[in-house]
Amino acid sequence: MMHHPLIGTPQDRVDGRAKVTGAARYVADFETGAEVLHAHVLNSAIATGRIRRIDTSRALAVPGVVEVFTHENRPRTAWFSSAYKDDVGPPGKPLRPLYDASIAYSGEPVALVVAESYETARYAANLIEVEYEAKPHETDLLKQLPNSYVPKKRRSGINPPPRPKGSAASALENAPVKHVARYLIAAEHHNPMETHATTVIREADGKLLIHDKIQGAYATKHYVCSVFGLSEDAVRVVSPFIGGAFGSGLRPHYQLFLAVMAAMALERSVKLVLTRDQQFTIAHRPETWNEIALGAKPDGTLSAIRHKAVGSTSRYEDYQEAVVNWTNLLYSAPDVELEYELVQLDIETPSDMRAPGAPLGAFAAESAMDELAEKLGVDPLALRLHNDTQIDEVMNKYHTSKELRAACQLGAERFGWRHRPLAPRSMRQGRELIGWGLAFGAWEAQMQKHAARVMLDAEGHCTVGVATADLGTGTYTILAQIAAEALGLSMNKVTVLLGDSALPQAPVSGGSWTAASAGSAVHDACARLKAELLLAAQTRNDSPLVGAKLEEVMFDRERIVLMRDPMRAVSLQAAFAAGGRPRIVADGQAGPDQLTQLRYSSHTHSAVFVEARVDEELGQVRVTRVVSAVAAGRILNPKTARSQVVGGVVWGIGMALHEEAMPDHNLGRWMNHNIAEYHIPVHADIHEIDVIFAEEKDLLTSPLGVKGLGEIGIVGTAAAVANAVWHATGRRVRELPMTIDKVLGLTPARTEAR
Amino acid sequence: MRPFHYERPRGLEEAIAGKTEAARFLGGGTNLIDLMKYDVERPASLLDLTRLEGLREVERNGEGALRIGALVTNADAAAHPLVREHHPLLADAILAGATAQLRNMATMGGNLLQRTRCYYFYDRQTPCNKREPGTGCPAKDGVNRIHAILGTSEHCIATHPSDMCVALAALEAVVVVRGPSGERRIRMEDFHRLPGDTPERDTTLDAREVVTAIEIPAGDYGRHHTYLKLRDRLSYAFALVSVAVAMELREGRISRLRVALGGVAHKPWRVKEAEALLEGQAPEEECFGAVADRLLQGARGYGHNDFKIGLARLAIARALHQAAAAAPQSHVAKRIA
Amino acid sequence: MPDDLSPRGPETVALSLTVNGTSHSLHIPVWTTLLDLLREGLGLTGSKKGCDHGQCGACTVILDGKRVNSCLVLAASRDGSEVRTVEGLASPDGALHPLQEAFIKHDAFQCGYCTPGQLCSGVALLEEGHTRTEEEIREWMSGNLCRCGAYPNILAAILEVARKEGRA
Repeated sequence: MMHHPLIGTPQDRVDGRAKVTGAARYVADFETGAEVLHAHVLNSAIATGRIRRIDTSRALAVPGVVEVFTHENRPRTAWFSSAYKDDVGPPGKPLRPLYDASIAYSGEPVALVVAESYETARYAANLIEVEYEAKPHETDLLKQLPNSYVPKKRRSGINPPPRPKGSAASALENAPVKHVARYLIAAEHHNPMETHATTVIREADGKLLIHDKIQGAYATKHYVCSVFGLSEDAVRVVSPFIGGAFGSGLRPHYQLFLAVMAAMALERSVKLVLTRDQQFTIAHRPETWNEIALGAKPDGTLSAIRHKAVGSTSRYEDYQEAVVNWTNLLYSAPDVELEYELVQLDIETPSDMRAPGAPLGAFAAESAMDELAEKLGVDPLALRLHNDTQIDEVMNKYHTSKELRAACQLGAERFGWRHRPLAPRSMRQGRELIGWGLAFGAWEAQMQKHAARVMLDAEGHCTVGVATADLGTGTYTILAQIAAEALGLSMNKVTVLLGDSALPQAPVSGGSWTAASAGSAVHDACARLKAELLLAAQTRNDSPLVGAKLEEVMFDRERIVLMRDPMRAVSLQAAFAAGGRPRIVADGQAGPDQLTQLRYSSHTHSAVFVEARVDEELGQVRVTRVVSAVAAGRILNPKTARSQVVGGVVWGIGMALHEEAMPDHNLGRWMNHNIAEYHIPVHADIHEIDVIFAEEKDLLTSPLGVKGLGEIGIVGTAAAVANAVWHATGRRVRELPMTIDKVLGLTPARTEAR
Repeated sequence: MRPFHYERPRGLEEAIAGKTEAARFLGGGTNLIDLMKYDVERPASLLDLTRLEGLREVERNGEGALRIGALVTNADAAAHPLVREHHPLLADAILAGATAQLRNMATMGGNLLQRTRCYYFYDRQTPCNKREPGTGCPAKDGVNRIHAILGTSEHCIATHPSDMCVALAALEAVVVVRGPSGERRIRMEDFHRLPGDTPERDTTLDAREVVTAIEIPAGDYGRHHTYLKLRDRLSYAFALVSVAVAMELREGRISRLRVALGGVAHKPWRVKEAEALLEGQAPEEECFGAVADRLLQGARGYGHNDFKIGLARLAIARALHQAAAAAPQSHVAKRIA
Repeated sequence: MPDDLSPRGPETVALSLTVNGTSHSLHIPVWTTLLDLLREGLGLTGSKKGCDHGQCGACTVILDGKRVNSCLVLAASRDGSEVRTVEGLASPDGALHPLQEAFIKHDAFQCGYCTPGQLCSGVALLEEGHTRTEEEIREWMSGNLCRCGAYPNILAAILEVARKEGRA
């Protein structure tokens, strides 16, 4: 129907020019110059206990220091922790910064210095003297495993494991072939390139304009209004560009509270940018222990799955994520037992981090499937396909669509999987052993309630507004495509506004739901706008479109055209003139369909293939080739979609080989709290990454047929790297990251030591 | 950072005259400014040397020794034709470290004085004998993946992080320094020190001395050499273990061998007896293990870094192989030769 | 290390700097880094602070013809220098630098936060001539971290420009 299809075509980012010229403004880019005060946080040196004495006199004596806030002099804010709840926080009592003398984790803020310049604030913070009364702390997950527990209150939006099916224990006992092992994944920190920051501009009338690093402007607005008792119209949150977040920006963090507190108390504008070190005090992916047991018949049919995971959380909140359910989602078995428990440690509350839970469980399950294939002497891809299931056995529902097999076939073909020798250590080039591994992955495809507004004027200028954020995901671009295609405009006629609490409401951008949800809301708004515009075009009795219904016309090149007779058309300009309005505004909505949700389960799927080259003697691993084949419904923009998956794969490589937050259990503190010693992949670590999208028609997940892509790229990747390293070397590494010492077997496995 | 007095001395004499215990010389600033922001370095004054004349030359003297001025940047040194021709080992080691941006800033003199990457040293909220003598060393039974296995003391297990210095140690460079009483030449092996009970001191440089040049004696290492660096990612990471090898081969036999290790001690680690084991021998791989054994004699781990002993053993053998085969490790191609 | 006991303010120093062709005569606190001067002093917020310690490359600018981490440059020490930032890559008439064009074409960024540093680094890389092979580009661009993982696209963009200019 469309003459100029935009949806489904590769489009350059509409915000590309702003990003390559430095014009895109991130939180700290607002309000430079002498007007704004700069704040710097002093963090706790101990993990638990209380502040006995805090002396800020020397800091206050520094010229240029305006105020130093501690628990002793902070302004009164909301008393009860319930007021500090954010939109996605887990059960528990959220951190109340500077609330009292008690310390819940190493790195908790203990003071805030506000000064005329950043350097002054940082200097003065170092002059604050704090005397602590430390209490014993515990930060070692493995030591605390015996104290793990099932969280009493489940976290909203996270499905706990289902009840056991049959008896996994007896099925395992009777299984002719089985595999039991433990897998451990180190804690990771999000480390977006932009650290968390808040710029609060206090306007003349006392209202607050807040630029905050948040994945949804309303989350910040709700939090600020609740904590500081402000009315909705006293706060506006504007964050048009977010320098990556990956989940770390789903919840408001202490810098938001502190910056707003200071701005209100001092009646000045305040900028608070966390240092890279402080970035390690707000959120992380929890260290997670897995034990998995698989039983199989000699033909490879799974007879039993038992998968237990224990993740770490803080003392004050029960952070939860879905770690184990994926195993049974991907593979069918009659007897299944899935368990997920927590251990409380004296650390900051973990947080959602790209595909929260999924790559942790997938590392265990997809490594275990490989190990089972080895015991059975079969190809690991064949074993997976043999046990693949077309229904969601966890929720006992049909899938809205599942083209994993198609994706798998395309991926295997592109990668050349059929040339893979079964035995490990079969391929080498010089001193490098070459291995090929694969893994499956899955992630939820969800819709969240979103509103959108679309405005069109007679010149064909269209403005689209949704409060959601573009974290680098490409939301600006896909929304422009959707509106332009719906309204028959060229892309450059469409302006998309995001990240503003003055725009129609949207939740935080996360969970891969934004494209489907915000996209559908914009689509809906466009449909309403088109109806109004058609009515306007039909105002005059001599309109060539008299009597035409909406479904009988198309919007093309700034005209409304009758499809059965394209000669009968009305230009936008004429339509607006006829309707007598300079512009038309329409609101749209989208949200989950309850009935579909009851009946169906909806997921994206992937099969990721990895080539690893390992120096035989020295254990250096190079991931030289990756093919990630994804089934994720309709692809709106293959260019930005590919980038999303490539990014996820890079994260998976980092998880597999590099990323590890190292805790000192004596001090109860992450020690490599910088990005020289907390390693994420650099250019040299990343080679060819090929992305394939399998065709997948899905009219149930979202009106646009979109499923979302933010997470699926990472899910199976770390497991696939581990499987490739095994295939290269014959050595199975069950603890991430697979650093050189582990690949060489020079460092004993931590899970085996207990 | 703390407030400081900033000065641009007009000449070396003025710089030396102004230098006190509490003053720091500013070269590239890549480590000093970094540490000042962390409140680890708190100089009362900065003496900016970056405009001084006469410290930026690379030249070869009559005996074939190469003299590199202290203010020559790491990038310029690595790219200099004389360095590349006569001491490619040094160029390779420099290029194995840091990044293009940092190498454009960092100076040869400053790199000599680079401080440890020990997590605790960098974190002012934790104890550290190097940063604050007498407060203790939490690394010993804490997080010590990057720490030393050789030459440690009960007070400090930090490592020296420089790649350049490992090559300079293997090349038996001499550090030329100037102080109130004139010029002094310090052999590379004497320049950095072991922590002992004064871990706050990294080098034997006097507080009032300034590095003016690095001299590398003539050596026939243009062909048989390598700098092999193993790290936690393929670039932009400090060495877990690195090995610099400079080898002279005459008629199929090793006439001279110099081996230095990085990432394993408070200074580039050399053991002359280990080098002597191979001198006069043909470079047979079977003998490499003995060199490694001797180099690593007395090595001990502290938990997380236990693996370094085994890894260093393997790396030494491989590096000797690379040097003997005239197949130096490329810093660009990540496949290990 | 002797601790300075008396809280006090910083010294100030006079400084001339040419930034993207515009000369500035400034009077700054001596502890100001080039990055903070560009961002807070001159309002050139294109250069980004990702770590403030030379660990990420987001603050990369071209200083007297060489790429450097501006967060580690003491501005006072660069009196008389010339700085080129991301804001100065396009020509004054708004025409983008070929590398900027290539970044858009190859989708060489996602969140865009590391992009100014990647671009300044890439422009300098092309001038250095370290673009002969993919491996060489990867190694010589490793000082610029990208958490979104746009590395393959950044490589493609640089390679395209290098080939056009006969540098690959």
